This record gives sequence, C-alpha cells and structure tokens, in this order.
Amino acid sequence: MTDKKTTLPLTAETPSRFRNTIGKYIIRRNSRCTSCGLCAKLCPYGVHPRYDNYAKPMRPQTHKCVGFACKDNDYYCVDRCPEKALSLRLNPIMETLGDYRWTTEMILGHWAMAESGELPVVDLEYSLGNSGGGFDKIRFKKAPKKDRLDISDEEIDTSIILNKRGDGRPEKKISIPCYGGGMSYGSTALPVIIGRARAAKRLNTLTCTGEGGYPEELVPYKDHVITQMATGLFGVREETIQHAPVLEFKYAQGAKPGLGGHLLGDKVTPEVAAMRETVVGNALFSPFPFHSVYSVEDHKKHVDWVKQVNPRLLASVKVSTPTDVDMVAVGSYYAGAHIVHIDGSYGGTGAAPDIAKKNIAMPIEYAIPKVHRFLLDEGVRDNITLIASGGIRNAMDVAKAIALGADGVVIGTAEMVAMECVRCGNCESGRGCARGIASTDSELGYIITQEWTEQRIVNMYMAWRKQWCNLLRSFGMRSIRELVGRSDLLVHLDYLEEKERSRYQPAPSEALIL
Amino acid sequence: MPKKYHIPVENTPPRFLVVGKYATLEFREDCAGSCRECVKKKCVYDIFKENQQHISSMDEPEYLYTCMSCFRCVQECTKGIFSRVINPDYRSLGDDYWHADIISRTWYQAHTGKIPVSGAGYRGPFVGKGFDSMWTDMSEIVRPTRDGIHGREYINTSIELSRRLTRLQFNEDMSIASKLPPIMEIPLPLLFQLPDFGVLGQGVAESIARAAHRLGTLLFIRPEQYSDALSAYTDSLIPCLTKDNYTEHPSLIKQSRMIELEYKTGIGQEISAVRAINPDVIVSVGIPLNSRAAERAVVLTQDDVDTLHFYADNHGNELGSDDPRFLKEMIREIHLRLVKGLIRQKVKLIFSGGIAMAEHMAKSIICGADGASIDIPLLIALECQVCYRCKKDQPCPVSLEEVEPEWGSKRIMNLMGAWRNQLLEVMGAMGIREARRLCGEVGRSMWFEDLEKECFGPLFGERKVKGLGC
Repeated sequence: MTDKKTTLPLTAETPSRFRNTIGKYIIRRNSRCTSCGLCAKLCPYGVHPRYDNYAKPMRPQTHKCVGFACKDNDYYCVDRCPEKALSLRLNPIMETLGDYRWTTEMILGHWAMAESGELPVVDLEYSLGNSGGGFDKIRFKKAPKKDRLDISDEEIDTSIILNKRGDGRPEKKISIPCYGGGMSYGSTALPVIIGRARAAKRLNTLTCTGEGGYPEELVPYKDHVITQMATGLFGVREETIQHAPVLEFKYAQGAKPGLGGHLLGDKVTPEVAAMRETVVGNALFSPFPFHSVYSVEDHKKHVDWVKQVNPRLLASVKVSTPTDVDMVAVGSYYAGAHIVHIDGSYGGTGAAPDIAKKNIAMPIEYAIPKVHRFLLDEGVRDNITLIASGGIRNAMDVAKAIALGADGVVIGTAEMVAMECVRCGNCESGRGCARGIASTDSELGYIITQEWTEQRIVNMYMAWRKQWCNLLRSFGMRSIRELVGRSDLLVHLDYLEEKERSRYQPAPSEALIL
Repeated sequence: MPKKYHIPVENTPPRFLVVGKYATLEFREDCAGSCRECVKKKCVYDIFKENQQHISSMDEPEYLYTCMSCFRCVQECTKGIFSRVINPDYRSLGDDYWHADIISRTWYQAHTGKIPVSGAGYRGPFVGKGFDSMWTDMSEIVRPTRDGIHGREYINTSIELSRRLTRLQFNEDMSIASKLPPIMEIPLPLLFQLPDFGVLGQGVAESIARAAHRLGTLLFIRPEQYSDALSAYTDSLIPCLTKDNYTEHPSLIKQSRMIELEYKTGIGQEISAVRAINPDVIVSVGIPLNSRAAERAVVLTQDDVDTLHFYADNHGNELGSDDPRFLKEMIREIHLRLVKGLIRQKVKLIFSGGIAMAEHMAKSIICGADGASIDIPLLIALECQVCYRCKKDQPCPVSLEEVEPEWGSKRIMNLMGAWRNQLLEVMGAMGIREARRLCGEVGRSMWFEDLEKECFGPLFGERKVKGLGC
C-alpha cells in the first residue's frame, strides 16, 4: 500500500511517421469543397487540419474520425458541410490489416494510444482479439460499486518488485508491471533499440538486449537494460554482465520452443558482424540447447557464475511452456533465479517457422496458473517473481495475466505496434522490415528515430496505465500487486451458463481470411 | 556411417500467375501524374517493377502474389490514391477444409522447397477443429543438439511398412528359429496416392511416380492407371487390387515390392494367395475409416497383414457417419485398440484423407499412426486450386493435363523437402530422434480438453460450453 503520489512520465502528441494514416473510417472530401473551413472549426477531434496562413483544403486525418457515432452531434461535418463535399464510410482496408490475435481494431487502437498517450476516442475494440480462446474468452467480473475507490491515477501503485528472495541483492522495483522483451542488435534497428531503452528509463522499467550484444549507445541507459545470454552467446562479455541490473538466460523462446535463434545473412551487416564477432553476410544460427547445460545443476553453475561476476545482478530464467513448465520453474528457483520468465507459444519473434509458432508448446494462458499453483504448492511462490510473456497484447491481457498468477509481464509485439508495426511478418526477409523497425538496412533502419520511438512507447504504456488504474479502482485496490493470483475476479465465458454469460461482452468472432 | 537422407530442393517457379491474397487498388483520377515520389518506384520489395511496364494498358486491379503487406505505398503516396482489398479469387480458393492459406503455403513450398518462416507471432485462432486442438510438446533440455534445420545430430524420419513378430524364438544353438518376415522401410513417413478428383493425366501420374521414386517412397495406384511411362518406377508403385481383380494381375504382384488389397470380409484368403505368388511382397489392406475400422484392424493384424491403410474422406472425417469423428480421434481409437490387444507392434498403420500440412503428418504419428498418405497436397503442388471445376467437367484453370513430369516431380520433391524439414523442427523440439519413436507418443503432445481441465478447471470449474467453444 502506498499513499505517495507517483510522478508519471509526460505524454506528448507523437503522430505517425507516414503521410497517410489508416483509420477505421474514411472521410473523403470531393471537388465541391470551397475550403470554407467550417469542418475544421466544427470537428473537436482534429480530423480536418487547417492552418491560418494556408487557405486550401487539406486531406482529412481520417484516423481521428469517430465515424457514424458522430451523426447525432451538431458538429457532424458530413451533414454540416454547406457544399455536401464530405462523405463517410468504413475503411475497406481494415480487412487486409489484422489477424485473429491482433485484430485490425487492436492495431489501430494501439497506434492511437502511442500517438496521444490517451485511450482511443474512436470506437475500437483494442482489449479483445478474435482468437476465440484464452484471454479473449476471459473477463474480469463486474466489481460491486461499493468497492470502488475514489482516488486518482497518481495514487495507484502499478510497480512490481523483481527480487523477492531477500538475498541481499537489490529489490529492483519497476514502475509498471511490464518490461520490454529481448530484441537483438541485428534483428532491430539501432534507433529502435535505443528508443526502447530511453522509454524504459523514463518509465522506470527495463528493456532487454536480446541475443545480439551490447552496443555502446546503450551504456547511458544501462540501469534499465537487461543483458540476455542465449545459446549463441553472441556479444556477451564480462562488462555487459557487469552493466546489467538483470541477466536473462534465454533457454527457449515461446514462438519457437526448442529451436535456435536465426538471423538471416542479409541482416548481418559489418556492424552486426562486429558486435557478434562473426562474418558479414553469413546467417547466424543460435544452437540448441545451451551446449553447456544438460541438467539443472549445469544451470545452477551458470547462475552462480553470473552472480559472481556482478554482485548486484538479478538472475532471470526465460523458458517456454512445455507440459512440465511448472517443474522447470521450480528447478530455476532452486538454482538461484530471482525471476522465472515463462514465454507462451503465441509470442512474437523476428523469424520462426510457422509450424513452430502455431503448434509447439502451450499458450501462456494455461501456463501461468499452472506455474503459479505449483510454486504455491511448493511453498516458494513468495520468493520468486513470475513473469509471463508470449501473446500478451494489451493492457487488459496484462491485468488478466497478473490475476491468473503472474507478477508482471514482458511485452514485445505491442511495443512494435506502438512503432507502427503492421505485423506483416516480413521482419526476417531480405532487407528486413519495410517500416524500418526490424531492419539493419542502411536506408530502412533509419526512417525511424530514437526520440519518436521513445515517446510512442511511453505514450502507449501511459494509456495502458489508465486502464489498469480504472480496473484497480473498481476492485478497491491501490496496488497492482494486490491483483496477483486473484483468479477469483476472473470468469471464462465457456465456463458460464448461458444466462450468466450474456452479462459479459461476447468474444469477438469473425471468420478471417488468413 | 550410413548415408544421411536428404531431399534435394530446387527453385521451381509456377507456370501460371499465382493467385495472390491482396490487390492494391489505385484511384487513378487522383494521381499526380508525374510525381517524383511515386511509391511504386520506391517499393521496398520492387513488386511494382513489372506493373510499371504495362501500367497504361492495365484496366483492372492487379492482384499481387508478391505483395508483402507493408502498407508503405498506401501510407506514403503523396495523393493517398492507394487502398488494398483481398483478392476475390483468393477467397474462392479451396473449401472450408482446404483453406486458401493452406493452398497458398503449399504453392510456396512447392515453388521454393523452403519451409514457411515469418516474423511476428502466430496469427490464427486460439484453438481450432481437428488437429488444431492439440499442441506438440518440447523439451527444455533433452533434445538433439542442432543448429537450425541443418542439424549436426541426425534425426531419422524413416518408417517400416512391414509386419513384425511380437517375439523371437531361438533354437538350442541360439540361432533364430522364427521365420522372419521381409522388412521394408521408407525414408520418410509419407506415401502418395492419386486423388479422387482432378485432371489426372499422364503428366500428373508420372510427376508423382517420379517424385516417389526419387524420394524413396511409394505411390498407391490402381492397375488401370498404370502406363508405359510409369514402368521405370515399378519399384515405387503399390498396385491397389481388389478381391475380384487380383487374379488378373499376377505380373503386378510379382514385380511389386508392396501391394494393397481393398478390404472385404474374408480378405485373409486373398492375402495368402497373393503371398503365394510373391512371398516377399508386403501386403497392405485398404480399409474405409468408419465405425468398424478398429475391429477390422484387430482381425487383420491377427491375420499377419503388414500395413493397414485407412481411408478417411478428403476432409479427414470418418466415413458413413452422421456425426463423423475426425482423423485424430479415429487414429487414437484404432491405435489404442491394438495396444490393448497387445498386437500394435505387429502391424503398421497408414492414414489418408485430410492430411493437408506438415503438422498433420507429425500429429497423426503422435496420435498413433506410423505414417500418412497424401493426395490433394500433391495436386496443389502442381498448382491445383482445389476449385473442383474438373468435377463438373469444366476445364482446369491451371491446365493440369499439360503438366510436364520433370517440372511436376521437382515441385513435389520441393514440397516433401519442406514437409520433412518441418517434421525435423517439431521432432527436434520434442527431443525425439526417430520418427518411429514418435508413434503414439501422446506424452509429447498437449490436448485442448486436457489443458482446459488441468489449468482452467481449478479456476473456473466445469466447462459449460461443449466442444472448443469457437
């Protein structure tokens, strides 16, 4: 419990890098427009930009349009235009953008959050996907009105503690229940890496190097950067372990459990090759498994070693979600880990075989309660931080994961979406991401700046925080830590009788063309 | 050390313009005309390069097989004239089982020989019907040491098609007294058969037979489908005979390594007759996958059949039932019935119908099959769009009747190369080095019903929605 007010990082309007934004609705202006400027004066959402010293009509900012819901307002531009020059319709491009897990509305909703730092005003469903299971079928119960707290967002504590072992090492409190997932130097553009680190610093949380080394540019943010040690050991040096507040052993990745990382040759530029101490243009495979770990004792040896190198360091163990994930978690605890990080099968990746992403290991929704319960039964739950990732897409997924038993989560894809990722899935091919996010190409990788990246991520998390605060207030909670393991506050639609089920928002279900 | 099995792949482009998923629409009346910032010229993937050459004569939207969906043309055009739609032809590919994305991915694999790899996470539903309601397990530590798919430790994908003795008997001098049955092994757990629709001309049959021959696997084929062109591949053909016609084809029985007899009551007599003609021939019995399949499997296994080949419908469903079960459940039933009867090891089980992707092959084996037999994916590899026009005597949109065997066999080998590599990925993750060890290993899988019960049951009680809830 805290009665201290939190100082939150400032949000700032951070528009899209691209000239034409994509919105749920399209508002078009035809040649009858006389540029009278009435629409610009009327619209409170800024759909019709107009500058004092420029009289010609400008193309509407369609992504800000609230659509047909505006019809009853006296500022509805389509009806008020004296020349009837404006028309409104649903944007047909919506069908070509999203997928079952990240629906188009969820992507657009996150773009809106990253732009403004506020929750979207357009009617977008950004908290539920269309997957028909897991988080998309889980809802929070409706909280009794009497439980609601009348407190501001600043009075609500969303911080979590990463070291619960009480072993003399730092407690390490981060201010939001999320930190950034590993994305390596080589897989993502340098401005993205640095931008994420800057955002982590402002949010007082962490980001992770991934398995690609530690560029010099990261050093100023070292207190907020996790060093990842994965099977290829690319770029891991004693000083990068000494920099790190947390060292993450990556045993497996949810999107491709049991398979090594893979950086295609095109992405191995001279800079990347130098960082990884490899050859330019040669594809890099991280082997599997750790060739030095074939037992939990071997694992303990690793943990002991890094703890010895840096006496203030916390050890995190990232594993995927096989059927015995609960046993693995307990084994990691006894090997001395501070954080067990379980990465579910529907998580993101820079490159993975489609067969692995779909089929190998269990979704995170199953793994969290399984591991949480097992740690409780073993009597060690209070001594270890359980972090979940892999398919946690939005603020409500984070809250659901915590209520299922996680202390916090790791976010990767949502941060990418904040940077205007469209999830086209071409991170790995040719020159890499055409949108400049996951690319080391000398041209593509620099259409994004670290300042822009930083602010978009800060904005998104600040919007998420608003959702968490609303939820916590409704349940009479002052700290997100009170939510951990509170699965009694959750319902799953498939476990409710029809009448009760009808009280909750139905799961979106629409057949999509994949 | 024996030679490691490897499927050579080679880029084999399609003959026709592939049906792409997206179309980029342009509102040309708004185009600036001579814009120096034209996004078509700046496309990162150069997909407009060819379009530019005939842009003036283009009067319909161009459907782009190669569009990578980056949206930069949509978002960067100075006049905002671009939009996108899903190609209506793509929507109409296949049917409600053979989805457009299955067909599209099969084309990609047949073209390149590569396994589909992409960035970002899984895009599909949480759980789905059939094989999509199970996940394969992985091992955090115990698994073959490997670096990508070109692993250092060899993973063996071969299976046997021959029966086994349940025990060996020895003479006093410790020599083997048991009469050992012939052994037959193929290097990958897949066999081929010709589909029950499609323009199955000589080119198609020869493509498949040639690919089977090069891959070391076998093709089930009816005697009337034999031709001179296939004579070079006799070793790779399994003639499918019936009780009524097997006496007419003694030469086929003599020359073949394996034959299949269609199931009929009392087929044991014909099996003996076939073995009398060719004692070393491996005998398979083709059985419809219906409610009596399991009991027939028990009887035939006791009759010393080598392989039981079960035929489901093209969607992997049980035959002759109003409420058909899927392949997955049927495989479990038959496998477990044989396990219970302590005779599972005697016989090999092959299932066909509805095996559409590499993961189906792996999951069938986990459920208890020894291998699978495929048909429609072979046609798709040859560019079939599963439009079923041939069933209505309409011309094939991709002229399957003109398939050139060398091109066709390369496309099929590419597909099989990609499927095998995907099997290696899954097996590697599970820590299993032998496809034979995967058979019936449900412990290396996780099932929707079990996970819901185990993980959600203690939190939410009992499921009130039957089935998958989607």
